[in-house]
Amino acid sequence: MIDVPSIADLNLTVTFPAVFLALFTMVVLIVDLFIPKDRKIRTAHLTLGGLVVAFVWNVLVFDSNQTALGGMYIADSFSGFINFIALTAAIITCFLSVDYLKRTGIEQGEFYSLLLFSTAGVMFMGAASDLIVVFIALEILSIPLYVMAAMRYRDAKSEESGLKYFILGAFASAFFLYGAALVYGATGTTSLPEIFASVEGIVATDSGARLYLVLGAALIFVGLGFKVAVVPFHMWTPDVYEGAPTPVTAFMSVAAKAGGFAALLRLMVIALPELTANIGDTIAIWQTTIAIVAAATMILGNFVAIVQTNVKRMLAYSSIAHAGYILMGVAAVGTIGVAEEATRAALIYMLAYTFTNLGAFAVVMALEKDDGSGTQIADFKGLSRSRPLLAVMMAFFMLSLTGVPTTAGFIGKFLLFGAALEAGLVLLTIIGVLTSVVSAYYYVRIIVNMYLEDGEGDPAEGATQYLNYATYAAFAGTLIIGLFPFLAVNLLDTMMIAGLF
Amino acid sequence: MENLAQIAPLIILFPAIGAFINFFWGAKMGEGASAMVGTVASGSSFLVALGLLAYLTGNGFNPAVINPPLLDSWIRIDSVGLDISWQTRVDTLSVSMTLFVTFVGTLIHIYAAGYMHGDPRFSRFFAYLNMFLAFMLILVMGNNLLMMFVGWEGVGLCSYLLISFWWDKPGGEGIANSNAGRKAFIANRVGDFGVLIAIFLSFWAFGTLDYYKPNEIPNPQVSAAHLEEETDSSRVFYSFADEDVEMSQLGMFGQVARYVRIDEAASVSLDNARTILNQARGTGDEQLIAQAEALLETTRAEADANRPQFNIGPATFGIGTLLTLITLFMLLGVTGKSAQIPLFVWLPDAMAGPTPVSALIHAATMVTAGVYMMVRSNIMFHHAELTSIIVALIGATTALVAGFIAIGQFDIKRVLAYSTISQLGFMVAAVGLGAYVAAMFHMITHAFFKALLFLGSGSVIHGMEHGHHHVHLHDADHPEAVTHDSHDDDGFDPQDMRYMGGLREKMPVTYWTYLFGTIALAGIWPFAGFWSKDEILLDAWYVGFEKGLFQGFIVLGLLFAAAAFTAFYMWRQIEMVFHGKPRHEAAEHASESSRSMTIPLVILAFFALFVGFINIPSGIGFPFTFGLEGVLGVHLLGDFLEYSIFAEAFNLLTFNALIAIPALAVGIGGILAARSVYGGGKAIDASGQDPLQADPNTALVWNVAYARMYWDEIYFALIINPYIRIADFLYEVVDWGFLHDYFHDSVLIRGYRSMGDLLARPFDLGIIDGAVNGLGWLAGRIGGGLRLTQTGYVRTYAVALLLGVVAVIILMLLPLI
Amino acid sequence: MIPPLWMFLTVAAALFSIGAFGVLARKNAVAVLMSVELMLNAVNINLVAFWRFGETAPSVIGQSFAAFVLVIAAAEAAVGLAIIIAIYRTRQSVVVDDVDMLKW
Repeated sequence: MIDVPSIADLNLTVTFPAVFLALFTMVVLIVDLFIPKDRKIRTAHLTLGGLVVAFVWNVLVFDSNQTALGGMYIADSFSGFINFIALTAAIITCFLSVDYLKRTGIEQGEFYSLLLFSTAGVMFMGAASDLIVVFIALEILSIPLYVMAAMRYRDAKSEESGLKYFILGAFASAFFLYGAALVYGATGTTSLPEIFASVEGIVATDSGARLYLVLGAALIFVGLGFKVAVVPFHMWTPDVYEGAPTPVTAFMSVAAKAGGFAALLRLMVIALPELTANIGDTIAIWQTTIAIVAAATMILGNFVAIVQTNVKRMLAYSSIAHAGYILMGVAAVGTIGVAEEATRAALIYMLAYTFTNLGAFAVVMALEKDDGSGTQIADFKGLSRSRPLLAVMMAFFMLSLTGVPTTAGFIGKFLLFGAALEAGLVLLTIIGVLTSVVSAYYYVRIIVNMYLEDGEGDPAEGATQYLNYATYAAFAGTLIIGLFPFLAVNLLDTMMIAGLF
Repeated sequence: MENLAQIAPLIILFPAIGAFINFFWGAKMGEGASAMVGTVASGSSFLVALGLLAYLTGNGFNPAVINPPLLDSWIRIDSVGLDISWQTRVDTLSVSMTLFVTFVGTLIHIYAAGYMHGDPRFSRFFAYLNMFLAFMLILVMGNNLLMMFVGWEGVGLCSYLLISFWWDKPGGEGIANSNAGRKAFIANRVGDFGVLIAIFLSFWAFGTLDYYKPNEIPNPQVSAAHLEEETDSSRVFYSFADEDVEMSQLGMFGQVARYVRIDEAASVSLDNARTILNQARGTGDEQLIAQAEALLETTRAEADANRPQFNIGPATFGIGTLLTLITLFMLLGVTGKSAQIPLFVWLPDAMAGPTPVSALIHAATMVTAGVYMMVRSNIMFHHAELTSIIVALIGATTALVAGFIAIGQFDIKRVLAYSTISQLGFMVAAVGLGAYVAAMFHMITHAFFKALLFLGSGSVIHGMEHGHHHVHLHDADHPEAVTHDSHDDDGFDPQDMRYMGGLREKMPVTYWTYLFGTIALAGIWPFAGFWSKDEILLDAWYVGFEKGLFQGFIVLGLLFAAAAFTAFYMWRQIEMVFHGKPRHEAAEHASESSRSMTIPLVILAFFALFVGFINIPSGIGFPFTFGLEGVLGVHLLGDFLEYSIFAEAFNLLTFNALIAIPALAVGIGGILAARSVYGGGKAIDASGQDPLQADPNTALVWNVAYARMYWDEIYFALIINPYIRIADFLYEVVDWGFLHDYFHDSVLIRGYRSMGDLLARPFDLGIIDGAVNGLGWLAGRIGGGLRLTQTGYVRTYAVALLLGVVAVIILMLLPLI
Repeated sequence: MIPPLWMFLTVAAALFSIGAFGVLARKNAVAVLMSVELMLNAVNINLVAFWRFGETAPSVIGQSFAAFVLVIAAAEAAVGLAIIIAIYRTRQSVVVDDVDMLKW
C-alpha cells in the first residue's frame, strides 16, 4: 500500500509565490499568443501583474516557517527574503525591458515568460531543502537565461554569449550533478536536513563515505560557484554580460547570483556545517577552500575591472568581485556559531547589491544606443550637465557599489566584514577591505567622467518612462537600505530567528 | 479614545508630504495650489495636535509612546546595546508645543500666501516651510535625544535655506543674504557640537537615549491620582520611584532620578553616622566612640560603594558632576539655537529671510527649541545647580543686553530680532531659576505676540514697497520695476523706520494689531505678556527672597531693567512707524495689505490679548481678573505640564502684588518715557537722527546700542580674524607653497614622471593612458595581465573551469590527509 | 550475480571523464553538447548504482533523481541545439572556436 500524501499534506499555501509564478508563466505564454505584435506591452503588464501577486503573497507567507511538498520545500524567512530579492529584481527588470525590447527589435512575448520562469527558478532555489529540488531549480533558473542571452538573435554577439553561457553552464551542471550523486551515495539521502543528521556519523567513522562527501561538496560548490561567477569559474561572465541584451545582463547579475548563493548558503548552513576534518573541530572542512576562492575572486574581479573600457564589461567584473564579497559570508558560515550572522550579512548584501546593480544597469541602458553602442566609459563624459538627475543617481550607485557609508553597499560590506572577522577570517577581511579600495578606482572614474569631463556630443536619449521608473525604484531601494539599514535587518530577523536556526 | 494617540506620527507625516509635493510638483501647480497644499498640510497637523490633546485629557494626562510602522527599531547595534527607536512621544509637554507650533505655523502659511505672491520660487518657499514644520515636529515629538537632534539639525537646515532664500537678489543684497544664512548655520554648528557631546555623554552614562520608556511616568506624585482615569486598562505605568523597577526599564531621565536618589541616600546615611559619632563624643565614653567610629567607617565604605560612578574615558564622575557636564554642553547648544550670549549674533542677521520666516522660525518656534530641550531635560537641570546658575545669569544678561541694543536700531525687523533675543533670555532665565512652567508659558504667549509683530512688520514693509512702486510708476513710468526685489535702486529701504511715519491712517488693521502686539510684549495688563512675564519675575523673586539664593536677586534686577527697555523700544517703534507724519513719499502712498495677510494678524491679535489667561496665578485678587478667576485658567498650563515635569522640579506660585504692580509700572513707565522722547511727531529729527542720538547727554550710550555693542566687531577681532589668518597661512604657505608647489609639483610629479618613464617605456602595451596615477597604474597592470586570460575561446574557459575543479578538489581534500 | 559497487562507480567516472574530455577537445558545438550528455549519463549511472547498493532500499530517491536528470538533459539539449542552429545561420559554422568576438 503506497502512502499517498493528501493535498493538505503538500501544504501548497506556503509554496504559492513560487508555484504560482511557475504556473503563471504558462498563462503568459498562452495569452501572449492572442496579443497582437504591436501591443506586446500588454504582455509586460500581465507579467508585472503576476509578479506583484507573487510579491504580495510572499509578504503574507513570509515568516510561516513551514515545510511543504513532503519536506522538499521550506518556506521560512530565508526563502522569503530570497523571494523578495528575486521578485524585486524581476519587477525592475520588467520595467527595464519594455522599451529596450521594442527599440532593439526583439519584442517578443516569450521574453516575459522566460523571465518569469527564471525568477521562479531563483525562488525554488531559495526554498529548496532537497538536492533534487536544488538541481531542478538550478536548471529552471539557467535554461531560460541561456535563451534570453541569445535573444537578440540578429546580433552575433548576443548569440555568441548565449552559446558560451550554455556550453559552460551545462558543463558546470554536470559537475554539480556528479557532486550531488556522490553526496547521495555517501549519505543515502538527498534531503538536506537528513544529510546534516548523517554527517556527524560519517565524520566520526572516517569511512570512504567521508571521501565521497567531501568530493561531492567540492563538486556541488563548483556547480553553484559557476552560477554565481566566482574565480576560477567566472570566465563566461564578462563575455556573456557584454553580449547579452542589457536587461538580461542586469537580471542575470542579480537574480541568478541570488539563486546560486541561496542554494550555496542552504547547503552549507543546513546540510554541511559540521563537515569537519575531525570530530569536535569548530571549522568546517570547506571553509579554507571557499575563503581562498573568495580572495581570488575579489582580487581578480576588482583588478580586471580597472582596465575595462566598456561599462557593461566593467560591471561584469564588478559583479564577479561582489560575488567574492558574498562568498566571504559563505566562508564565514563555516565557523560554527557564526552561521546566523554570516547568512544575514550575505542576504543583506545581496539585497543591497540587487538594487544598486539594477540601478547601474538602468543608467547604462539610458545611454545605450539602439545598436548596442554607447556603453563605453567615455560615453559618460559630461553627463552631469546633459542629464544631471541621471548623473546623480549613477554617482550614487557607483558609491554604493564601492561601499561608501550611507549607501546600501556600505551596510552590506559592513555586516559581511563583521561576520568574517567574527569567523576568524582576518586575512580574508583585510583582502576584502583592500580590494574595496581598489574598486573605488574604477567606480569613481565613472563619477569623474560624469562630473569633471566635458561631453563630446549629445548622449543617447535612451531613457524612457518605464526605464525611469526602474531607475527611480532602484535608487529608492538603495537609498532606503542605506539610510535605514535596520528595516532590512529587521525584516530578516523577524523571520529568520525561528526558521533557519 | 485610547487608540487616539496612534495618530501621532501623522503630525510629522502631513507636513513632510506637503513638502514632498511642493518640491516635486509645486512649480507646475501654480501659486494657489501650492499654497493650498502647504496650508492644508500644516492645518492637518494642527488638527492632529488637537486630537492628541483630546487623547491626553481623556486618559488622565498619561503619556503615550507611539511606534510608527516600519520604523520601530531605527538604529540598533546589539553589541553595544544601542537600540534607538523612531518613537513619537505624546505627553503634555510635547502636545503643548505642537499645539502652538502648528497653529501659529498654519496662520503664517496663510499669511505667506499673500506675502510671497509673485515670487519666482513661491512653491519652493512653501516646500521649505512645510519641511521646517516637519522637522520641528520631529524635534518636539521624539522620544529620545537623537530624534530631537535630527529635528534640531533639520530645522537648522531649513533656517539656513530660508534665511538665504533671496540669495539671487541684485546688487550686494543677495550676497548679504547668503552670508546671513551662513552665519546662522556656522553659529549654530558651534552649538550643535555641544548638543552632540551631551548626547554622547548621556548615552555613555545611561546606555539609552530614550527620555522615558513607553509606560514610564516622570512625575509619580501627580500621575498616580490619575491612573484610574486611564481608559486602556492594559497599560501598566511605573516610575523611577517604584523600588522593584530595574534600571534598564527606565529611560535616561528616570535613571537620573534613580541615581540621584541613591546618591542622596548614601549622603544621608553618612550624615546619620556622623551624628551618632558626635553624640558619642559628647558622652565621652571611649567604647561608644570606638563603636561610632567603626560605624562611620563602614557606612563610608558602603556609601562609596553605593554611590553611582560613571566612567567617561579615563575620568570617573559622580552623578552630580556628570549632570553638570551634560547640561553645560546642552547649554552651549541652547546659546546657539535659542540665540543667547555668546552665540546670539546670527539671529539679527537672520532677518534677511522673508518675513514669514522670521515670524515662524526666528521668533515663534525654532529658536524656542533650546528652551524646549532644557524643559524636557528639567530633571537634569534641576540637579545640576551650577549649570542652573549659569543658565539663569546668561538668560537674564541676554535679556538686558539685547533689549538695550534694540533701542539703537532703525531696521523694523532688526528691532524685533533683538526683542526676540531678549524675550528668549527671559525664558532661559526662567529655566535657570527652575521655573520650567513659566518658561513654557512665556514661550507660548511670546509665540503669539511675536509672530503677530513680525507679520505686522511684514505688512508694513509690503505697504512701503507698494507705496514706493506707486511713486515710481507715476514718476518714471517704468513698470518693469514692479517686482518684489527692486527696492534698493535709489537707496530706499522699505524696512528702515526712518522712512516711515504716519502709517496709522494708511494701514489701520496693521496699526491696531501691531499695537496689540506691542502692549502684549510690553507686559501691560491684561495682555498675554503681562501674565507670562509676571510669572518669571515672580519666580525670580521666589528664588531670591524665599530660597535666599543670590542668582534670584541678580536675575530679578536684570529682568526688571530688561522689561523697562522692552516697553521703551516697542513704543519707540510705534511712534516711528505709525504715528507722526510720513517722512518719505513711499510712506505717503503706502496701502493696507491683502486679506490673506490681515486675517492672520487679527487672529493673532486676538490671541495676544487672551492667550495669557491659560495660566494666571492662583490667589489673585479682583482688580486683576474682573472677578473671573473661576472661569479663567488658574494654573491651567501649569497643571497640564505637571505630568511632564519631574516632581521636585515643579512648583507653582501664588500671585504677589509686590511683583505684579512694579512690573506693570515699569512697563507703563517705559511706554511713557518713549512717548515723551519720540511722541508728537519728533520721532526722527530734521537731520535724520534719533532724538537720543541728537541729545549730547545720551548720544554716547545710544551710539553703543546703535553699534550693537560691537559684538560683531569683537567676534571678528577675537575669533574670525585669527581664524582667517590661520586659514590663510595654511592655504598659502602650507597648501600652496609646500604641498602644491614643492611637494606635489617637485616631488610627486617629477618623481612620478621619471618612475613612469622608467617603468612604462619597456612595458607599455598601449592599454593604459598616462592619466592613471601610481597605484592605479599598478592595479591596471595587474588587471591588464589578468585580462589577457580572457581569450574569447569557450574551450579555454572550459579548461579553466576544469582546472578550477581540480584545484577545489585538492584544496578540499588537503585537510583530510 | 551483481558486480560490486566500485565497478559501477569506475565506469561512471570513466564515462564522466570521457565526456569532460570531449567538451574540452571537440570543436564542433554539437559534439560538445553530446559530450555534456555523456557526463550527465555518467551521473545517472552513479545515482542508480548508489540507490541499488544503498541501505535505504525501499526509497526511490536515486531512481527519481535519475529520471529528473534525464528530463532536464533533454530540455538542455533542446535549448542548446536551438542556439547552435541560430549560430549556424549567422556564421555558417558550428565550430566553437570561431565564436570569439567577445574577449579581453
